[in-house]
Amino acid sequence: MEIKTVNITIDGISVDAEEGSTILQAARTVGIHIPTLCYAEHLSPYGGCRICVVEISQDGGKTFIDTSCTHRVREGMNVQTKSPRIIRARKMLAELLVSSAPNVKIAQDIAARMGILKVRFPMEDNRCILCGLCIRMCYEQMDGKALGFAGRGTKRKISMPFNKRPETCRLCRGCDYICPAMIIPCHGVKEPGELCGRCVLLDEMPKCCPTNTFGCFCDKNPL
Amino acid sequence: MRKIKSLSDLEKWRKDILRKQDEFETIISVCGGTGCHAYGCKNIKDRFIKTIKENGYQKIKLRFTGCRGFCERGPIVTIQPQEIFYQRVKEKDVPLILSETIKKGKILEHLLYEDSMTKSRFISEKDIPFYKAQKRLILANNGLIEPTKIEDYIMLGGYQSFSKALFEMEPQQIIDEVKASGLRGRGGAGFPTGKKWEECRNATGKLKYIICNCDEGDPGAYMDRSLLEGNPHSILEGMLIGAYAIGGRYGYIYVRHEYPLACKNAEIAIKQARKAGLLGDNILGTDFSFDVEIAKGGGAFVCGESTALIASIEGRAGEPRSKQIHAVEDGLWGKPTNINNVETWANIPLIIKNGSKWFSSIGTEKSKGTKIFSLVGKVKNTGLVEVPMGITLKEIIFDIGGGPKDGKPIKAVQTGGPSGGCIPVSLFNLPVDFDSLKEVGSMMGSGGMIVMDEGTCMVDVAKYFIHFLEEESCGKCLPCREGLKRMSQILENLTEGKGDEESLYLLEELGQVVADTSLCGLGKTAPNPVLSALKYFRPEFEAHLDKRCPAGVCIPLIHYSISETNCIGCGACAKICPTKAIEGEKKEVYHIISELCIKCGSCREICKNDAIIVN
Repeated sequence: MEIKTVNITIDGISVDAEEGSTILQAARTVGIHIPTLCYAEHLSPYGGCRICVVEISQDGGKTFIDTSCTHRVREGMNVQTKSPRIIRARKMLAELLVSSAPNVKIAQDIAARMGILKVRFPMEDNRCILCGLCIRMCYEQMDGKALGFAGRGTKRKISMPFNKRPETCRLCRGCDYICPAMIIPCHGVKEPGELCGRCVLLDEMPKCCPTNTFGCFCDKNPL
Repeated sequence: MRKIKSLSDLEKWRKDILRKQDEFETIISVCGGTGCHAYGCKNIKDRFIKTIKENGYQKIKLRFTGCRGFCERGPIVTIQPQEIFYQRVKEKDVPLILSETIKKGKILEHLLYEDSMTKSRFISEKDIPFYKAQKRLILANNGLIEPTKIEDYIMLGGYQSFSKALFEMEPQQIIDEVKASGLRGRGGAGFPTGKKWEECRNATGKLKYIICNCDEGDPGAYMDRSLLEGNPHSILEGMLIGAYAIGGRYGYIYVRHEYPLACKNAEIAIKQARKAGLLGDNILGTDFSFDVEIAKGGGAFVCGESTALIASIEGRAGEPRSKQIHAVEDGLWGKPTNINNVETWANIPLIIKNGSKWFSSIGTEKSKGTKIFSLVGKVKNTGLVEVPMGITLKEIIFDIGGGPKDGKPIKAVQTGGPSGGCIPVSLFNLPVDFDSLKEVGSMMGSGGMIVMDEGTCMVDVAKYFIHFLEEESCGKCLPCREGLKRMSQILENLTEGKGDEESLYLLEELGQVVADTSLCGLGKTAPNPVLSALKYFRPEFEAHLDKRCPAGVCIPLIHYSISETNCIGCGACAKICPTKAIEGEKKEVYHIISELCIKCGSCREICKNDAIIVN
């Protein structure tokens, strides 16, 4: 079967993208980097972290901002992935993210990549960045349906139904595997011969993890 | 109730109702809107029933109507055909009204509306300045019908627009008519209704849904509520016409469960319409079938957003999704869905009845028809006002609203609910329509209008709205969840005098990014109150950096003292002070002990000589 394509422009480069694909997918085929956080290739796009925002104009019309992971390509689309408006937005989003979860490696990575040197907000210590990857992994790939969001706004958290592990959870640990916040930042070695070992010697479980398996991926308490 | 099977049945029914109506000499209407309910209108209605029964009054019809709009002056009682408008009626006035006004034709002066400036009294509703400057089309019937009686609605020509549409017009003709009328969605965004209908009609799929959005959550706004409470059949008629034009089979009215009266009246209206054969299969003997159900919302503000509303009806958490593909193509349960606001639906029967030319003759070039606003805040006459588009803010606030309430000059008006902007008094000559409000950094929204005077602190107002939206954000996307939280923190610091120069720039930058990158309309418009306040009232923000609150509202920044020249030593302040922070001798100047003062403002309220100084 012949693949239908549409022609769009990304950062001035003409791209023939597969019909029905997203801007992010189209950009990646030609090697244009758009940072992502809540996106995973094999899961449905969520559009929650907004890090992958791009500026879009259709047929020379007014430009608007949308997430590249959810916006599908359309003939005659012009996309800017690194305009000043986008850079400013991404920087602010990274600053919000890292101020909320400074001890999460991916938040630090994104902030570093955006060139954030100073955070203007008071620091908090959240572990979960509410990207929803574990929920989608559980629902879409593992057929577990054991996780979901509870609460609204700043009280939002990942939870199992009524905070109890349902029978549908087989402890497959797909959620652990996909969680981008679960990688514990290594503090580095202080003296020759010494190991960091933070990931193994973690004493206390952070409260955000519904399965209570955070940090043990490499592996202290086998389930 | 009879079942209508054809057009002639409907006409015959109407004539029968009118014949019955002629038996009554007087009609007394008691307002049963939510505002008047709070004033105790139910007791007044019961008293009327009791007194009429006891004294054997004949030929009087008592009606318990929907909201009349002038909620400031409730409870309201009107008498037809004499056209007498009584306001602030108390239970003890009921026998007087019956014995004096109805029997002897004498007008009770103390119940008439009195203009506080000119001291003139008005008998008829039409002469009262509050009503005079309005153009009441959608709200017109609210005072004439009892919302729980379909007969009342039919009597005033109800469902005739629908039968006209069904028997005399083709679906495409109806859509063309709505398009030509220039009607734009009254929910806030102002999308052309006819265009939306056409897109939904042309969408592929056999089963289509029609939704009426009555998830009104703006603080201080109750337009949709009053319409659904006061005239539910007009909404049903609008939906029927829409369903016929679009090809919809099922409809939902999405109401918050915090609106019990609206839920109840809509439920009754649906049942009556079903019994009368106006809903269900083969309506009026044709092969057009449509039915409506009520979906109750749990009260989340974000569920007013179309995709979140759909998720809520489907039984999922009310969270919006990416909107590149609109609900008209992929909506409720993946089917094409047309969502319109209550007020939009209420406009439809009028357009079909009077034609698009009539409708487009009202309003401005790009905004047609009328709009209902809920006028609240520091104005004399608060309530629901319906005005033609293009009227100036000044006319609404000063002519209809009657100007400032407490004598302090008016400073600004906040339009469009929590995500609207604050418009300063210097722009009050602005015509009220979708585009000009957007241009100055506010929006039409669903029609909230909060008037603020010099006693209102703009930083405090911005803080209030951002805090409201922070609580109501669903939390799905990062800029709305974290960004609003940070904005709220910065504003909190400002009102406590802990802000610095940089925090204003940060607030502005953060606001712009939240507006740029948020997922849904809630986040995209949430920074409006802050950004517009920063644009028009920056000196007030800067005053907070110097630890001053010019309006005397932000408690950590103000200081109470007693003026030596104004104090007459009456001691009223010392008596009311809850912490005994005021002391002094009678007939001498009193003093405030600042260590004990909790800045509650009780002394300021009680002092008759303006001797309490706040700075």
